[in-house]
Parts: sequence; C-alpha cells; structure tokens
Amino acid sequence: MQRVILHSDINNFYASVECLCNPALRNKPVAVGGDPEKRHGIVLAKNEIAKRYGVKTGEALWEARQKCPDIVFVPPNFEKYLRFSKMIKEIYADYTDKIEPFGLDESWLDVTESRSLFGSGRTIADEIRKRVKTELGITVSVGVSFNKIFAKLGSDMKKPDATTEISPDNFCEKVWPLPVGELLYVGPATVRKLRHYGIYTIGDLAKCDTKYLEYWFGKNGIMLWQFANGLDTSPVSNLYAKSLIKSVGNSTTTPKDLVCDDDVKITLYLLSESVAARLREYKLMCRTVQIYVRDKELFSFERQEKLDEPVCVSTKIAETAFRLFKEHVKQPYAIRSLGVRACDLTMDTYRQMSLLPESVKLQKQEDLETAVDAIRRRFGHFSIRRGLMLTDKTLSNLNPKDDHVIHPVAFLK
Amino acid sequence: MRINVSVILKQDTDGRKTPLSIIWKDGRIFEIDRVLDVRRAASLKSGGVGERYTCRIKNKQIYLFDEEGSWFLEAL
Repeated sequence: MQRVILHSDINNFYASVECLCNPALRNKPVAVGGDPEKRHGIVLAKNEIAKRYGVKTGEALWEARQKCPDIVFVPPNFEKYLRFSKMIKEIYADYTDKIEPFGLDESWLDVTESRSLFGSGRTIADEIRKRVKTELGITVSVGVSFNKIFAKLGSDMKKPDATTEISPDNFCEKVWPLPVGELLYVGPATVRKLRHYGIYTIGDLAKCDTKYLEYWFGKNGIMLWQFANGLDTSPVSNLYAKSLIKSVGNSTTTPKDLVCDDDVKITLYLLSESVAARLREYKLMCRTVQIYVRDKELFSFERQEKLDEPVCVSTKIAETAFRLFKEHVKQPYAIRSLGVRACDLTMDTYRQMSLLPESVKLQKQEDLETAVDAIRRRFGHFSIRRGLMLTDKTLSNLNPKDDHVIHPVAFLK
Repeated sequence: MRINVSVILKQDTDGRKTPLSIIWKDGRIFEIDRVLDVRRAASLKSGGVGERYTCRIKNKQIYLFDEEGSWFLEAL
C-alpha cells in the first residue's frame, strides 16, 4: 500500500524564533550565533534578509559581518528553541502518532492512516502550515511524498512557507534533475566519488546499474539507488521509540589554546565529570574511554583505551583520558578542542563483588561522586568543585552536562 | 510592544485557568466580564507565544496572553 509521508522543515528555525520574540529584529539582517568572546562563533541560523546578503549557516561570525556589515548577532537560547520544537510537535500529534524528529527543526510524519479523518497529504500539510503560522508565529516548508527521502527533498524545494508534493508520476521531472549531493546520505566524499564515475544528478544515480553501485559502495550503494528511485521503505518511527545509547561523550572548544598539561587536565576532568554524571544518571558503566583531540591547525584524531573493569567514576575516566593524551600528544602543543567519550557500555544491574583494594577504592570514589551529584542538583553545578578548577577560572567556567542540550541525530540508527 | 500585567487567576481542579481580573501598573483593577475564547496563538505585535484569552472588559475585547506563567497584553 502506498504511504503518505510528510517532511516538515521549520524555515530558518533559530532566527525565526528570535525574530518572532523580538519584533525590533524583523526588518534587519539577523544571524543567530555563538559567543565571539569564547571563540565558538559560527552562524547557526540566519533570517531571509541576511540570506540575501549571502550569509551561510556554518560560516564564522566575522565572515558573515564582512558580507553584511549591518548584521545583528543574537546569541542562541536553546531553551527557547526546545520549547518551540516541543510546541510544534504538539501540533503534529493532532494528526498522527508516527512522528520522527530529525533534529529540532525537522520531522517526518506518516499520515497514511490519518487521511480518512483529516484529508489528503496535501490538505494535512497545508493545515499544519496554517496552524504553525497562527499558533507559533513561525513558518514551515512541507514535502509530501510516498517515502521519507522524497518528502525531505520536497520540503527543501520551496521556501519559506510552502507545500511541495512529489508523487510517483512526477518524481522523475522534479527529483532526477537535482544534483546528487542533495540526496540524503550523500555527503561531499560520496559526491566526489560519484563524479569520478560520471554520476552528477540523482537521475544519473537512479539509472546507474546496481552492480556497479554495489561494487563501488557495498550495500550502501544499493541503498542510495533505492533512495534515488523512490524505493526507500524505511518506516517513520513512533514518537515514543528511543534508540539504545551506545556511548556517552562530551567535547568542547576551549576559550584559549591549551599549551600545558595543567590546562589539559582541567578540561579533561571537567568533561569526565560530565560524562561520569551522565553515566550514573542513565545507570550505565563503561569499559572503554576514548579521547578526541583537535589542535589549532584543526588537525584532529581519536584514541581509546580499554579498562580492566567497568566504571562510572570521573577520576578513572579522567586519568585514562590524560594518560592517552600524554601518550599521543608531544610537546610543544596548542590544543583547541578536547573530547572524552565513554564506550562499551553495560547496564549497572549486576556488579561483580571484589575484595581487591583497587575495586574498593573505586566503590568509595563512586559513593563520593554520587554525593557530589546530589549537592549539585540541590545547590547548582558550581557549588562544589575540584581544587584543580580554581587554578584557572577561565578554563574551568564550563558546565558541559547542563549546557549540552542539543544532541546530533543520525538517519541510520 | 509587550505590556506585562499581573492577573488574578482562578485555577480549578482540572488545572484549567480562568483569568478573573487584570491589575494595571497604576494599581487599578479591571474585572474581566467574560472569557470568550482560549487558544494557543502567537502575538506578532508583542513577540511571544502562549495561551491567548479573548476577554471582554466593559464591552471592549482584548487579547490576554499566558506565556508559561508570564501574562501580557498585546499593545493596541
């Protein structure tokens, strides 16, 4: 049976929310971006006026100002965006329960079974657009199609505030002329490889023989061919389905380059505290610690080490992370970003009792850190800290656990 | 522009809120004769999103917004 899938994409999400909440911004070019003081300054979103000046999402704030001297920068307010994202999903939930969010601003909706109550895919899409405009004051572009891939392409076609329908009759004219990079899961590396084989458009990919695609890309090649031919059958997952956590990590770009071991220790301990607190919250333990290092030339790498027994304490994670760092980074160095990730997770249900002094020490450490979690919950994150953090206030002024609210979303889970 | 106001509110056992009167900044209290409509809406003039109560006060209709506990009137 043919499905009816909608893909709803909020136009210029962060910028639209800021312009709605502050009417003074509406006739100016606006970019929502990080804090230039702390050096995470990139454009997260821009409004229509800034777009006309050529401002692009992802570029640095100084680049945006070069293109548009009158641009107004607004720092991001993620709580506000989470609120709007929640409200828009409440509107979607009036039409179907098969809602699959893809980030904060995009969602797929499967309305196949809802048509008898609410009308055709296009009718539902138009009604959603109207409601979002009146109830939330922002606009969405909606793609209507028979699979997720074309629905997403559809929502990209007309912006802002429009519905685009891609049907089995018209997808050859609408979708096939598009550059192959527009297809979901085709990134810059795949585009380059396909170009090498003379494939430039989605149509070229669709007409390519599957045995070549399998030879070049393995089973992902077949997947891409199916995407291009409208044969994707992946279901729109239910709003309440959750994927299993495979790792827990935190990373940060530091306000200044890290050039000595003390600086690195502070940052690694901060990140490890956050990772450990989250592991305890999810009742998980990890057996492998991975670090991510990026220097000021933007060269980066990851290294990992397996632990003797599963842990969820920050001391062990931080010590391992620091040991990995010393092993793989030689002086002199200038580090720009660091990350700590806990992998090989196990549930904290059954613990192997041990009389070894090492394990007893770990248990004591865990009790200590659990007490610290409780203090932080009651009195704030910065109410209790390691002495090490007081040696450099600029670096240690970071709360990765509570500041980290937006999580990256992948298509293939 | 947005005009923040204090509101005297009745909340019943279902959690349903009914604004009873608005307290103006000079202290005057305006009683709401009747709430005609409640729905979620955006206020483009004031910049905000919340539950919009269409209220009748002395034969005049106004929009009173509740944005997560912060009440405001849309400036005319």
